[in-house]
Amino acid sequence: MPRVLINLPERATRGEIIEIRTLIQHPMETGYRLDGNGARIPRDIINRFACTYNGEEVFRAELFPAIAANPFIAFSTIATRSGELIFSWTGDDGQTQIESRHIIVE
Amino acid sequence: MNKAIRDLVGEAEPQQSKVKLELPSIVENGNAVPLTVSVESPMTEADHVEAIHIFNQKNPQPYVAVFHVGPRAGKARVSTRIRLADSQRMVAIARLNDGSFWSDSADVIVTLAACTEQ
Amino acid sequence: MRILLGATLALLAAAAMAAEVAPEQRRSGYDFASPQVRAMQDDDTANPGMLWVSGGESLWTKKAGLAALSCGDCHGDARTSMKGVAVRYPAFDATLGRPIDLEQRINLCRTEHQRAGPFGREGEDLLALTAFVANKSRGLPVAVNESPELKPFSELGDKLFHRREGQLNLSCSQCHDDNWGKRLAGNVIPQGHPTGYPVYRLEWQSLGSLQRRLHNCMTGARADPYEYGAPEMVALELYLMERARGMKIETPAVRP
Repeated sequence: MPRVLINLPERATRGEIIEIRTLIQHPMETGYRLDGNGARIPRDIINRFACTYNGEEVFRAELFPAIAANPFIAFSTIATRSGELIFSWTGDDGQTQIESRHIIVE
Repeated sequence: MNKAIRDLVGEAEPQQSKVKLELPSIVENGNAVPLTVSVESPMTEADHVEAIHIFNQKNPQPYVAVFHVGPRAGKARVSTRIRLADSQRMVAIARLNDGSFWSDSADVIVTLAACTEQ
Repeated sequence: MRILLGATLALLAAAAMAAEVAPEQRRSGYDFASPQVRAMQDDDTANPGMLWVSGGESLWTKKAGLAALSCGDCHGDARTSMKGVAVRYPAFDATLGRPIDLEQRINLCRTEHQRAGPFGREGEDLLALTAFVANKSRGLPVAVNESPELKPFSELGDKLFHRREGQLNLSCSQCHDDNWGKRLAGNVIPQGHPTGYPVYRLEWQSLGSLQRRLHNCMTGARADPYEYGAPEMVALELYLMERARGMKIETPAVRP
């Protein structure tokens, strides 16, 4: 399971705009590189990243091979209510990795 | 890249305003170039950015990313890191909920390394 | 590329006598990197090397081997027990009668105490653990021992650092002692201090060890690189750490 680092505040005030920063370990193989024998290394990237907040999607990104390895994505969202944020990364192989974080909004 | 942009905006001419595409003007390695794109917008239900499309000029593909934001975002500002094969122009196009397109561009010079692994 | 390199090196060869970096002039590779690379290193939420440090944190508590022990079972909280450890490596191992680097030390714990198979060098697990341990010394000054038993090894490292090698007939010293601060193709030549290892090198798009970097340097000079774990590698690591004595550990550093 690729390692993930997610940074967001544990607590926020209602209506505050919070910044969320995410990092995931992934080579983001472009599909354009050649191996030692001159054969093309097949493409293998994370092509989709999404964040839901209490079940509602608040951010989504479509990613292409031009995104650097070990993708870093930082975005913002409004702290509405306490609850759960779910982050998902989907690869070319169709597999999705999911992480969740809790936030307390007062 | 121009065709990809045309596919997105159709007949419209994106206005070069509201959008700010931030990239370093020169990088020592093209493998991880920081990029931040922001759009001036109140991000309300009535007036917000729906998506920001990033294009590049010289990589094998013109597409870099599409960020779907919306009124829950609070502000339209996203950062990531990209890979650039060569010195080139980057373009960001924002689509607002009223269907209008706005854009910004930035040129990046990519220098080549001397002591590579292979 | 080769023509450019050849021309530049012709200049270097014509240039000079070995001139060691004066102690007060010593600067980390961080100082020669671009503002973007420095910003990436400074921010733990954006530094890709932290992915490996976080992986090492998980491995620290994972039981392994026939002894079913985790690192934490013996060493407790790494924040205290591992603080000040990386600064002393390579360190002399009395049983083996020679210096070993941090990776070898971790593998010795693994084979002798956990009774598990050793980690492969440059494998994900070893990189993660080494990064995790070294990160606990971040901000502390390099302090390798200067005991008499280490002397022959650091002298070997010194000799290797100053020896010309490869098709380009270049020594480490010619770039990193005589021409640091100048440009070689698109990059600024650093002084070659190992303060940030394992390092996230943008060129690799991954974290890697000092030995991997040395491997690269040698391939760059079109020399046959030493094997990973070879005595020459450890001798060079020892010499480089001595040369960097007093400089602060930065693991995980980010470099172009």
